[in-house]
Amino acid sequence: MESFSPLTASLGGVLIGLAAAVLWLGNGRIAGIAGIFGHLLPPGRAMLWRLIFLTALIAAAWASARLFPQLGAGGVEPSRLAPPPEGWAVPMPVWLVIAGLLTGFGTRIGNGCTSGHGVCGLARLSPRSLVAVLVFFSVAILTVTVTGIV
Amino acid sequence: MSLRLPYFATAALSGALFGAGLYVSQMVDPLKVLRFLDFTAIPAGGWDPSLAFVIVPAILVMFVALRIGKTRQAPLFDTSFHEPGQKQIDARLVGGAALFGIGWGMSGICPGPAISLIAFQPDGLWFFLVAMFVGSLAGGLLSPGGSQRRPEEAVA
Repeated sequence: MESFSPLTASLGGVLIGLAAAVLWLGNGRIAGIAGIFGHLLPPGRAMLWRLIFLTALIAAAWASARLFPQLGAGGVEPSRLAPPPEGWAVPMPVWLVIAGLLTGFGTRIGNGCTSGHGVCGLARLSPRSLVAVLVFFSVAILTVTVTGIV
Repeated sequence: MSLRLPYFATAALSGALFGAGLYVSQMVDPLKVLRFLDFTAIPAGGWDPSLAFVIVPAILVMFVALRIGKTRQAPLFDTSFHEPGQKQIDARLVGGAALFGIGWGMSGICPGPAISLIAFQPDGLWFFLVAMFVGSLAGGLLSPGGSQRRPEEAVA
């Protein structure tokens, strides 16, 4: 349990909730990152606000790590991705490409990810989002169990 | 969208809050997310429940915002709320969520952290990001109505 961080987790959660609140009350938009990301290319309409949103997201993550490193990862930048599980003999790039394809494709046809369905959809009390959240959390937990990646 | 500058400033503020929240909560760290998803660690006491402490407050804040929104005809800087229109629970929703669950469990990376990780450039990130973009484009081609569908309404 040494990595359990309820205070910074809750503070970060409030910030993410505020992000979704600001976008909804200001612009009437759902802060679902998969959707914002997925509609960046034509023929997606209204691309500019999405580009601004994502640029600000990256800039704020970068700035946060420098302004208050004692929050976040305790001064340690998230400098590495998880390697493929031992014994699977899959090169890391191949593993990451498969994971990325599944994430992009799945969130697109399922219309949402951890933020769109997880934060916004559950707050809207959407039955669709509840189903999606239960499915992707269960499958992710099962995947970690089967692969033993941690 | 008559008030363009406030509209874009709102998008920037929201994105910035989101990015700061992902960093402060450490959800930008895939290994931290995987330590939540690893339920096999529960018996040994090594499980990290932090992710639940992120998502619950986020939902509560958004819940209040939606209540406030209900008292208004329109958001501040647009003419209407873009309410997700789909209601049916179908194979696309469940199948999409299941495929995403596999990708998330393989990597500990969901779309928000994937993009915020651009700030930190861990080795291999772009393999994931480019694949995620290609996967999303492929999924878009398979959407009913394909590119004719108004994308605003296709996003939950």
